[in-house]
Amino acid sequence: MRTSTKKFQQIASGGTVLLVAITVAWLSYTREPASAFLFPRLISIVFLALSCWNFFRAVMGMARIGGGLDVTSAMHITPGLVVMLVYVFWLAKFLGFYVASSLTFFVLLTLYDSGNRSELSNWAKRALITAFFMAIMYALFAFVLKVQLPRGMFI
Amino acid sequence: MEFLSYFSHVFEPVSLLLLIGGTIGGLILGATPGLSPTMAVALLIPFTFHLQPSQGLILLGAAYTSTVAGGAVSAILLKIPGAPANIATALDGNEMAKKGEGAKALHLAFMSSAVGGIIGVLLLIFLTPTLAKWALAFGPSHLFWIAILGVTVIGTLDSKSFVKGLLSGCIGLWLSMIGYDDIQGAERFIFTDALTGGINIIAALIGLFAIPQVLDMLSKGRARSAMDAIEVRHQSLTASFKEMVSNMRALSIGTVVGSIIGLIPGVGGQIAGLVAYDQARKFSPEKDKFGTGHAEGVIAAESANNAMVGPSLVPLLTLSIPGSPTAAVLLGGLLIHGIFPGSDLFKNHAAVAWTFIDSMLIGQVLMVIFGIYIANLAAKIAQVPRSILAAGVFILAVFGAYSVQQSMGDVHVMIVLGIAMYVLEKFGFSAAPLVLGLILGPIAESNFLQGSLIAGAQDGAVIYFLTGYLNLFLIALVVASVGYAFWSTMTSRRELEKSQKSGLMR
Repeated sequence: MRTSTKKFQQIASGGTVLLVAITVAWLSYTREPASAFLFPRLISIVFLALSCWNFFRAVMGMARIGGGLDVTSAMHITPGLVVMLVYVFWLAKFLGFYVASSLTFFVLLTLYDSGNRSELSNWAKRALITAFFMAIMYALFAFVLKVQLPRGMFI
Repeated sequence: MEFLSYFSHVFEPVSLLLLIGGTIGGLILGATPGLSPTMAVALLIPFTFHLQPSQGLILLGAAYTSTVAGGAVSAILLKIPGAPANIATALDGNEMAKKGEGAKALHLAFMSSAVGGIIGVLLLIFLTPTLAKWALAFGPSHLFWIAILGVTVIGTLDSKSFVKGLLSGCIGLWLSMIGYDDIQGAERFIFTDALTGGINIIAALIGLFAIPQVLDMLSKGRARSAMDAIEVRHQSLTASFKEMVSNMRALSIGTVVGSIIGLIPGVGGQIAGLVAYDQARKFSPEKDKFGTGHAEGVIAAESANNAMVGPSLVPLLTLSIPGSPTAAVLLGGLLIHGIFPGSDLFKNHAAVAWTFIDSMLIGQVLMVIFGIYIANLAAKIAQVPRSILAAGVFILAVFGAYSVQQSMGDVHVMIVLGIAMYVLEKFGFSAAPLVLGLILGPIAESNFLQGSLIAGAQDGAVIYFLTGYLNLFLIALVVASVGYAFWSTMTSRRELEKSQKSGLMR
């Protein structure tokens, strides 16, 4: 990764952490009752001081720990991450936990499996793995742990 | 010798079954590259909810012990350490396997793990009650400083950058304050309905440890992982045992180094194996053989890894300061069962505490038995494609986070924290201090508030929190941990600059 990109990423991450620290400090010192924010005030000062120091180091190009995010990895993660977020924030409630989980598992497997996608046997293999995995999950959570999972359109 | 009377609890059918299941599962999970012991224990915590506290802890303890040892299987047969703790094992273990001595390397790894592990647990048995009694002298100000010490020690020692380590701890402390304040009932940092009840520790633990690993697996895309396990040929157990006994020096060095490193809060097993390997090489008359498939290397590294496990629980059970990131997750497991480490542990929860510790002792023996026989199977499972692992861990994380309070809010918190942690880790932040801040935050706050009330009736907060031998000693430890981290960061930076300069000169 180029040095300028790395420095920019360090500044961006340092800046975000600093922004969080400022928000925490501001909320701690402005919200009432003051006694409920006694400990947050103490911690927010340390948090803010360290964030400033971290940001200053990033701006000065002194922050060298952590290689940052690279484009290739981000490109690889994005489709999977979208599937994960859609599942957690929408699909699980809409379709029901088990159906949504089976779908998500299968899609993630298809997206990241190194096998050839044009071969029918690979699709069958992925479907079988999904069915096997979900059967274990169902047995574990529905029968052994007796956890009531959200039901949507299906189960 | 109180611990002897609780062995019978471990042999109750359910407990024994959990111990065996935890050991076998831990060995397989430990052998699987990409699944760290910390993540394995975090994913198991939701299952312990439905168990008695002692049974839940038996399962977690067995998983902790055996995942560390299980990592040796992939280190030896695949040259991919199952966990960072097994890096040193791969150096000689894989060379032995290439020479056709894979079975011997596995036998030595599990046997020396057990020897180190048993001595480590014995240290835990004899040191913990004594230190716990000592902890009786602690008042709110001391407990406040201990909580802060826990965060600073793990923040400075577990991270590559001490500023980012401490910042991670601060983020954890802040996250612990989200929700309603216990005393006044005031809303604090509630930005969305999902945060009304605060951040659930278990959901957070799962998110912080499992999701970054899932994303890390996804970041490799569709590339096939070239992992071909070396076939293992039969080897006599007696011959392996004799070999281990003949390498008593390496075994002793590994056990002593591992035990000492385990006792130091925050240092953890990552470095125990490497330090022991290095020391064993220095003291060995056959220094040159290290790295070429030498039994001493495997013995020293593996005995140290498991010798660290027991002592890493000493500061945890007495002072609430975990000795390793996995121990930090175990602390979460203790707290959800209403068990608070410290002076009252062996008074109010003696049965739970001793049954847990005894199970770890028996777990070491089971680990050798199962480890040796399922090593081949574990190596095969370790070759499961990344896509299956990533999808499986993710779904398990979602189910686990949901089952804690049957709340989708916890699942949302889990995934958001996990994604944030993945990004933060890319910039040198660390999950362990963040988790510790999250766990120790409420302990630090309640003692800070109690101390403030006492101080208000006495000489004021400054005198109450900053004077007295014990307070000053704890403050000195906090300063020393930060100072040491600062010094070591500066030293390593200077060395890096020096090596870069000399590289340029050439």
